Amino acid sequence: MEVTAQGMPYEAWKDNEYIESLVKELNDNGANVIVGSFDKLINWGRSNSIWPLTFATSCCGIEFVSLGAARYDMARFGWEVARSSPRQADFMMVAGTIVHRMVPVFRRLYDQLAEPKYVIACGSCAISGGPFKKSYCVAMGIEDIVPVDVFVPGCPPRPEAMIYGIMQLSRKIKVERFFGGVNRQESQKEFLAKHPIPGAE
Amino acid sequence: MQDLSVVTSWIHSLLTGYMPEWAAVTIECVVIGVALLLLYSLLALFYILFERKICAYFQCRLGPNRVGFWGLLQSVADMFKILIKELISLNHIDKFLFALAPYLVIIASMLAFANLPWGNGLQIIDFNVGIFFLLAVSSIGVLGILLAGWSSNNKYTLIGAMRSGAQMISYELSMGLCVITIVVLAGTMNINEICLAQEHLWFIFSGHIPAWIAFIIFMIAGTAETNRGPFDLPEAESELTAGYHTEYSGIHFGFFYLAEYLNLFIVSGVAALLFFGGWMPLHIPGFDAFNHVMDFIPSVIWFFGKAIALSFVIIWFKWTFPRLRIDQLLTLEWKYLLPINLVNLVLMVLVVTYSLYL
Amino acid sequence: MDMAKMREKIASLFPDATFQESSMLEVTTPDAAWHDLAATLRNDPDLSFDFLMTIVGMDWKENGLGCVYYLTSTAHAHHISVKVMATGDREQPLIHSISDLWAIAGIYEREVYDYFGIIFLNNPDMRRLFLNIDWKGYPLRKDYDPDSNHWSIESERQTDFTNEWIERDGKLVKEEHRIFMPDDFVVNIGPQHPATHGVLRFRTAVDGETIKKIDIYLGYIHRGVEKICEGLTYPQTLHFMDRLDYFSAHPYHHCLCMLIEEAAGIEISKRAKVIRVLMDELSRIASHCLFMGTYCMDLGATTMLFYTLRVREQILDIMERTCGARMTFNYDCIGGVMQDLHPDFVKDVHALLDTIEPNLKEYDTIFTGNVIAKGRLEGVGVLTRKDAISWGVTGPNGRASGWACDVRKCQPYSVYDEVEFDEVVLHAGDSMARFKARIEEIRQSARIIAQLIDNIPEGDFLVKVPRVLKLPQGHWWKVVEGCRGTFGIYLESDGTTSPYRLKIAPPCLPAAAVVDHITRGEKIADLITIGGSMDYIVPDMDR
Repeated sequence: MEVTAQGMPYEAWKDNEYIESLVKELNDNGANVIVGSFDKLINWGRSNSIWPLTFATSCCGIEFVSLGAARYDMARFGWEVARSSPRQADFMMVAGTIVHRMVPVFRRLYDQLAEPKYVIACGSCAISGGPFKKSYCVAMGIEDIVPVDVFVPGCPPRPEAMIYGIMQLSRKIKVERFFGGVNRQESQKEFLAKHPIPGAE
Repeated sequence: MQDLSVVTSWIHSLLTGYMPEWAAVTIECVVIGVALLLLYSLLALFYILFERKICAYFQCRLGPNRVGFWGLLQSVADMFKILIKELISLNHIDKFLFALAPYLVIIASMLAFANLPWGNGLQIIDFNVGIFFLLAVSSIGVLGILLAGWSSNNKYTLIGAMRSGAQMISYELSMGLCVITIVVLAGTMNINEICLAQEHLWFIFSGHIPAWIAFIIFMIAGTAETNRGPFDLPEAESELTAGYHTEYSGIHFGFFYLAEYLNLFIVSGVAALLFFGGWMPLHIPGFDAFNHVMDFIPSVIWFFGKAIALSFVIIWFKWTFPRLRIDQLLTLEWKYLLPINLVNLVLMVLVVTYSLYL
Repeated sequence: MDMAKMREKIASLFPDATFQESSMLEVTTPDAAWHDLAATLRNDPDLSFDFLMTIVGMDWKENGLGCVYYLTSTAHAHHISVKVMATGDREQPLIHSISDLWAIAGIYEREVYDYFGIIFLNNPDMRRLFLNIDWKGYPLRKDYDPDSNHWSIESERQTDFTNEWIERDGKLVKEEHRIFMPDDFVVNIGPQHPATHGVLRFRTAVDGETIKKIDIYLGYIHRGVEKICEGLTYPQTLHFMDRLDYFSAHPYHHCLCMLIEEAAGIEISKRAKVIRVLMDELSRIASHCLFMGTYCMDLGATTMLFYTLRVREQILDIMERTCGARMTFNYDCIGGVMQDLHPDFVKDVHALLDTIEPNLKEYDTIFTGNVIAKGRLEGVGVLTRKDAISWGVTGPNGRASGWACDVRKCQPYSVYDEVEFDEVVLHAGDSMARFKARIEEIRQSARIIAQLIDNIPEGDFLVKVPRVLKLPQGHWWKVVEGCRGTFGIYLESDGTTSPYRLKIAPPCLPAAAVVDHITRGEKIADLITIGGSMDYIVPDMDR
């Protein structure tokens, strides 16, 4: 199955093997025809309507603003409905460094997002600590704090790279299953089991 | 001018031919209800896309253009997504009121929606105090917003709800007075009769100066009633994250979102009814040939055309002006609009008494 | 008053003080006389050092801890630095607070306390500034163990009390004060909030819609740049300047490069100087454009953002062609600039200059002339000149309050003394003045660029610098005009290849600190107006 998004030709994507492996995992268990077509419809809706949370800590956030502006215009893909309330957003673009004091806040924001929720680690700080690797106060990458779906490297990444990253996310959503979780949802559950929130029942 | 009541009465007589009257009426009610719901959601989807496209063009952008041809399916995708998004259940909130609030808001706008004059003979609820009923039901919405803000147990939503309450109650006065001004001119509160009264000339022209003043005030008050910019204080994003619906997710948030856009349509629909003849085609006294040509355009198209054109103006406001502050907003209403409105009402009464209208 | 007279005067009043002269007078005083000396410096009409530029905390290892204060007089335009050694041992070093003399000193002292653990006596608010309340150790001390703290997803412990250390009957006593009254309705704005322009947090006590008090909470993007720099070589430290105030990347780079060049005795070519100034001014225009856009967006006029970003994108294109990046340029380097100008640079800049004036006219029509905008901005958040100086609010914010604080005029560096431009000084001090000051600064920057663009001298863009750069022992202080105000760097070298201490004095910290002072009694919506008009960049103040 050739999974593509936003009208981009399949050959133009860079990591088709990864998506193929997800598709294989999806098809391995087989699916009922009716349930399968429901899934397709739902995934079509979800993958075409991913609303970002307005969340930015540093430089990458400014490139995110440029992404919304006229030249890069993320509205073309339907991503411009940036919600300020995490309850209404679909994904979180972690644009910028996450430092020790921000970690609990950031994790709480993630927990406040309504399912299905996705995280894009944008920029080298969010991926690994980046230029602040030697700092005493920076969390080295957000992978240990929340499950990450897509990594967008760069310092800061160009808006084109961000568009590509969100399109990849949209492609990943297309190979999910609503009835009976596979792929992403399972790994998310595993992650949350390993990183429980203190104080929550 | 085609009278669509011919069609509806034909359907009615067809049904009564096969079944007793009560059954026919029940079936008709169900069909009309479903049709209204469908129309409601379709219109909301259209409006969401419409605004996104319009504001994109204001801002030298393209707007949605990847999902479906010209982005037409964008809001459909949004709807699918929002329908199956998680409904977060919160601790420490008033669960019953929290769940009730979005329905109150949507019911208020549904009821107001059902009043609109869709076309010649397509009036769903047609009784002698129609416009009064419309005003009454549309104010249930503020209750929903207040409940939403209060039951969420969140400081942002509380402030948003309080602002919203203050704002909507104030501006309802202006709206009501504008409606009364026109009712004075029309001599009736029946929505269909208000439309028919504009057969010779729309009220905006026949009522000249007082009608214009009433129209401008109505548009300002209407924008405030629908919580849209520059009066979008209850959900001022930069101040209160998302205002009274901060804690709502999934379809409950979807209801607020739909109601916001539908209220936009309702306000423009009422403005079209009061000032631009509702479904009544453009008639100019003395130009009989022209009037006749106008009659060929179906009344439904007239109504939708007027309503959408007026909502374009309201959208235009939003994407041009900065937001007001709460005290400035209330000053505008109580110190300027309300006195002007009262004087305007007197003016209209004088105009009607001395038959100065056109 | 020249340096010798100043020295004479201080020596006569404070016999314990010792002196040293470099580009400015450097006084060393024991802590016991410090508060009196500070009061004299502040209040004496001949001295009147009313602007506290920064407080540099220092750890001289076995020589003890201390602070270096940089002061400027706005009336006489002279400068002084005062070094005060802390009394007490490393466990509890003490210095007297001067927060009663300069309003901004309170927050600067909190910063030093956070970094070095120096306790300031009589400062009413001795909480940590950037780090958690339970943070172990003081990170900028030389003996700090970087592995002693780990992040946790557990919410940090918070307190509603501030600490104050006072001396009573010769004993040190710790007192606690409430920040908010028990029945205050405290709304938490931030750290994740659309209007704080990043991760700043205001704990706001409100009465209805009216603001009673704001407690500003920093450190949500504190990355410890100053400490990282101590472990890097001089050329490596440069690229952090891009990531502080990412709009002022060029001016900040310029500052550190000039400082290192001055210390190492490197003379750069005229061409490099002109290129640096051109880049500084271009980034100033881009920065102010983005300010206008986001500010109007905060006020609800979203469309402005798209119009102002149009100009910014054009500038970013020019920069990208020459520097190779859109945001973090890393373009200025020790000895000049990284690479030569792109062949189309002059043409592109001319095209830009032609579009600026029509664009500014358009902004005026859309926003500045709008009656709602006027109602929202005029008379809101008035900052008087006196307060601006006491709080150290520089840049366009200070100049909108009538304080001529432009470093390009009062201490010209690079080629700024060869170009003609006006310093934009407005007197209203409200949000509208701050907005207009920036619009006018765009015009002045364009004027500077227009003068330089056709006269870029020929020559090397980069002079030869030793591959391994060692600075002599000593310390240096340099200020430039960043896009948001006076940006200073203090550098101390112990003769090795990396700095012993690199202190960054950002313009955004005072701008955010003053928000509490000018929002009291205004509406919540005005907090957005005022905060937005101060145009602070959170990574810049948190570093």
